[in-house]
Amino acid sequence: MTTAIKETKVSQSINSKVVSKSKTITKVDRKDAKLALAHMYVAFIALFIGGLCGLLQVLVRSGKFELPWGIGYYQVLTVHGVLLGLVLTTYFAMGFHTAAVSRTCGAYTDGQRKLGWIGFWIMTIGTTAAAIMVLLNEASVLFTFYAPLQAHWIFYAGIALVVVGSWILALMQGLRFAQWKKENKGQVTPLLSFMVMINNLMWTVATIGAAAVVLFQLIPWSIGWVERIDILLSRTLFWYFGHALVYFWLLPAYMVWYIAIPKIIGGKIFSDALARLAFILFLLLSIPVGIHHQLTEPGIDAFWKFLQVVLTMFVVVPSLMTAFSLFATFELRGRELGAKGIFGWFKNLPWNDSRFLLPFIGMVAFIPGGAGGIVNASYQMNQLIHNTIWVTGHFHLTAATTVVLTYFGAAFWLIPHLTGRKLTQRINHMAITGGILWSIGMVIMSGAMHIAGLFGAPRRSDYSTYGGSEQAVEWISYQVAQAVGGTILFVAILVIIGVVINLLWYAPKGDEEFPVAEVAEGAAKTPMILENFKVWGVILVALIIIAYTVPIIDIISNSPLGSVGYPHLIGR
Amino acid sequence: MHLHKYEKWWLAFGTSILVVFLVVVGVTAVHGSTHPNQSKWTINYEEVDTIAPFDNPGVHKVEGKDWDYEVVLVASAFNYNPMEIEVPVGSKVKFIATTKDVIHGFQVAGTNINMMLEPGYVSQYVATVDKVGEYTIVCNEYCGIGHAMMYSTLKVVE
Repeated sequence: MTTAIKETKVSQSINSKVVSKSKTITKVDRKDAKLALAHMYVAFIALFIGGLCGLLQVLVRSGKFELPWGIGYYQVLTVHGVLLGLVLTTYFAMGFHTAAVSRTCGAYTDGQRKLGWIGFWIMTIGTTAAAIMVLLNEASVLFTFYAPLQAHWIFYAGIALVVVGSWILALMQGLRFAQWKKENKGQVTPLLSFMVMINNLMWTVATIGAAAVVLFQLIPWSIGWVERIDILLSRTLFWYFGHALVYFWLLPAYMVWYIAIPKIIGGKIFSDALARLAFILFLLLSIPVGIHHQLTEPGIDAFWKFLQVVLTMFVVVPSLMTAFSLFATFELRGRELGAKGIFGWFKNLPWNDSRFLLPFIGMVAFIPGGAGGIVNASYQMNQLIHNTIWVTGHFHLTAATTVVLTYFGAAFWLIPHLTGRKLTQRINHMAITGGILWSIGMVIMSGAMHIAGLFGAPRRSDYSTYGGSEQAVEWISYQVAQAVGGTILFVAILVIIGVVINLLWYAPKGDEEFPVAEVAEGAAKTPMILENFKVWGVILVALIIIAYTVPIIDIISNSPLGSVGYPHLIGR
Repeated sequence: MHLHKYEKWWLAFGTSILVVFLVVVGVTAVHGSTHPNQSKWTINYEEVDTIAPFDNPGVHKVEGKDWDYEVVLVASAFNYNPMEIEVPVGSKVKFIATTKDVIHGFQVAGTNINMMLEPGYVSQYVATVDKVGEYTIVCNEYCGIGHAMMYSTLKVVE
């Protein structure tokens, strides 16, 4: 029996309330910290290179700049999407998860940690392999890698390794969680670790789709073992995974909002049970919804498209629950500090604390981001914006503002916590500057993208005047605005990277807290049904079967001649 | 599980709005027949040029159908055939399009005429063209190095 557990027992005998347990472990184990930090290094290197590519893109699209040395626009776009959409997010999420479980369940065993390192290196070998293929211009297929454009098989194998590595990391975290449950029979599990488990479960079930398309379709076809593949099936499997992917990025941000932010402002978690319920709803509504990305495609019946639209939209419910909980926490804390009137509490929030401010901006961005998402998923309304740059504007609000600013806000305490350093006042101010610059740049860039998208400007397109069309002239004026916004965003990235470098190597030694809030007094007891992964797993699988069986049978039974590969179209 | 009174109101309010919204979207789609492309028509994508109607791309006036014109269009890397389409304002047009190689997009920019063209499938969409003007048809799905060079023009004339 480890000391941590002995302490737990002692504290329980003094105070039988479950929340007291979080007091016993307050730090991430040193060895676990190294593993979590390794993820942060990769994530922030990805931010820098991916951000630089983003800058090049907006400059090219302004029409005033051309890429030197024969570098292709779509090559740069592939790097941007893969690094920021897949690498930054997956590494940050897995690093954060690793630290979160160690912080709330206790240190990993040596065996578990070894497993984690194996997962990390498999992911990193995969990332490197895919990156080399992109740099050699053998894989300019963008981060969605839609067939029949055909990349080098090593690119697909690299993506597969990233997925396999992430499974092993999820296994490490799951083993530690199971160990905690065994040692604390009948207790409510630590909320933060529970949330990690939900996110990992969602990720594992979703990545089965990605693994299927990569292992059974793309790799055999790109090596040449099979000549043709079923395009619509590959896209449907991709999007079975693809929407859950975006929730996988989002849920670590939600964890920060639910768990860390209340502690940072000095408040409490509004309700443990409601937080768990919100996460379970996210899990259930993450996967049987992917077809809303395929609304304008042939070969899928209207009925099934609409059914998945309905399931998609019900994510509004956990979103509203989250908004309510967070603002309840803010208001309760503000009033505790003596705020008067209906909105007086708003002034009492710690606006000069970057750990709060950046995630808060992220929450605000989620309001237009969510509203835009409703437009996207709204069946026939989707036709107006499908594959226009509106969509790019949308996920630069949700992923690149809500999620990323929350990640940054978390990194400002997580990295010094892991390195044994302190976030100083001066660096805190620098971090705030970075967040504000980011917000200004994003309002300009994402705003211009949304508007140009409504006028029909396509996404994922190199600079083009479309034969001198009047519509294209109008789009280009918005592309100039995007270049201005994008440039400000790149400056913000440099500032944030500066903060991260300081926190990694230069900040003064000390103890930075890993904030984990306690549940508010008087909050209802957590019903054990919420902890029953079997029940929710069965419901999840049932929903997936309902939403996907008929469409997939239709696709296979109605399938036309498969497609050969087109490597030459991407310049191979 | 206990829910705060205000939270109950908040969730009830939000969920009711959502349900009303979904009913509106669903009813208008079914009633107004505004479903997005859902064509199940399959084709040998390597033989598109020899298969009707794609052996004769262009604008065709039709009689006795629910629409007045059929626009038949073939996409391939990196162009559309035909390069220019002209239809009279106010007419109901069925767009019928497919691809000879990779996935392409087909969007009449600034309108809701927007569908994916995937190898092996024919995509179809019926729309009334009710505003005079020159519309750029853009490929809005990445199809290779010449993707942004791929366009056609829809002229809606008096």
